[in-house]
Amino acid sequence: MKTKSILLAGFVLGAFAVTGVTLVALTHKAVDGRIADNQYQAMKRKLDTILPAQRIDNDPLQDSVQVSARDYLGAETTQVYRARKGEDPVAVVLEPVVPDGYAGPIKLLVSVMHDGTIGGVRVISHHETPGLGDKIEETKSAWVLEFNGKSLHNPPLEKWGVKRDGGEFDQFTGATITPRSIVNAVKNALIYVDQEGEALFKAKPAAPAQAQERT
Amino acid sequence: MSAPPSYRSIVGEGIWSNNQMLVALLGLCPLLATTTSATNGLGMGLATTAVIACSNGTVSLVRNLVRPEIRIPVFVLVIASFVTLVELIMQAYFYEMYLVLGLFISLIVVNCMIIGRAEAFASKNRVDRALVDGLAVGLGATLVLTTLGALREFVAQGTIFYQADLLLGEAAKGLTISLGEDYQGALIAILPPGAFIGLGLMIALKNSIDKLVKGLKAAPKPAPAAPAPSVETAAT
Repeated sequence: MKTKSILLAGFVLGAFAVTGVTLVALTHKAVDGRIADNQYQAMKRKLDTILPAQRIDNDPLQDSVQVSARDYLGAETTQVYRARKGEDPVAVVLEPVVPDGYAGPIKLLVSVMHDGTIGGVRVISHHETPGLGDKIEETKSAWVLEFNGKSLHNPPLEKWGVKRDGGEFDQFTGATITPRSIVNAVKNALIYVDQEGEALFKAKPAAPAQAQERT
Repeated sequence: MSAPPSYRSIVGEGIWSNNQMLVALLGLCPLLATTTSATNGLGMGLATTAVIACSNGTVSLVRNLVRPEIRIPVFVLVIASFVTLVELIMQAYFYEMYLVLGLFISLIVVNCMIIGRAEAFASKNRVDRALVDGLAVGLGATLVLTTLGALREFVAQGTIFYQADLLLGEAAKGLTISLGEDYQGALIAILPPGAFIGLGLMIALKNSIDKLVKGLKAAPKPAPAAPAPSVETAAT
């Protein structure tokens, strides 16, 4: 009797587990494509704001390589998207991670033109203090636009810092750590692109970015 | 078995007199974490409502099938499945909103408000009442989340329903109320302490309204018979 009731309970529980998993699996199957498409579109919108669309005729999201440069880009591996016109390289877009934000890592998107100038910098995700450190978001303040057109020679390397450290870039009232670490990360990304040079454009493209899980 | 509660009392309890967030203080995690703006609060409230209505309905449907000793694991399974569904659907249709609320959507699983209603109400009542209870409790939670979100957003940024279009589409742009660009704002409202202070103020307000109402109809008639003693599970 006792065995029977235990078995029955187990069976009912099992039935619920199977039903639940089936429902989730079916829904996942149904909306999977749509979710991937959302992620792709969201990424594309971000790229479009920092790349000169009229000078590009490829889809940088489909033309990416994975690189491993922890010292410069902050993460074990990061994606590099290449923008081209025909065969000519136009720009690369990097995804550096700022390891030393005030409240955890900050993910950036940095586009570097072929001539070494910055096309644009955007913050993808961060945990900085609302109202202070979050002025790095383009929707909250124009600070991040300061980087447009800068390069390793403009300002010179030793001026790549916030004003408090004798550099060229503004800090925020009440928040120096966030801008300081971002300026540093952008500088490192520039150094990395400078070192790699043409090699970044020659590497064979990886699988299309669409298929990859983005978190 | 005592007489089943009327719809009226279910709705009244869910939204006001036994509001799970203001009275039972269940579900504080999403309450405190996601109410940085009215839009976020509303999104979180709607997601919670969807989950709680579905889970209440299901739990009520299977209440005679499920043996008492396995009811808690079954509730958890049901709730977890629905939360995952809501999360997937949100990713597919409200992607921008998902980016903001994503982490907290999965946390609905551990919102003790939902398992509390499954255990205290849905597992003992007919499916129609369980659904009404789920919707009422969800609506009560949505109201609290949205109000607290609006309060914090307003004090901190001087806006209400900023970026409501992320959730409700282009038409909702008109919902946004703003004090203008030069409002300096009180940062604390949007930081975690602001959530506690705001919640405290809301509870105090609710209690004083209750007291006032009670005082108004003190003498004429005795307080309505106490509703069926609801077994509020202890917050986990």
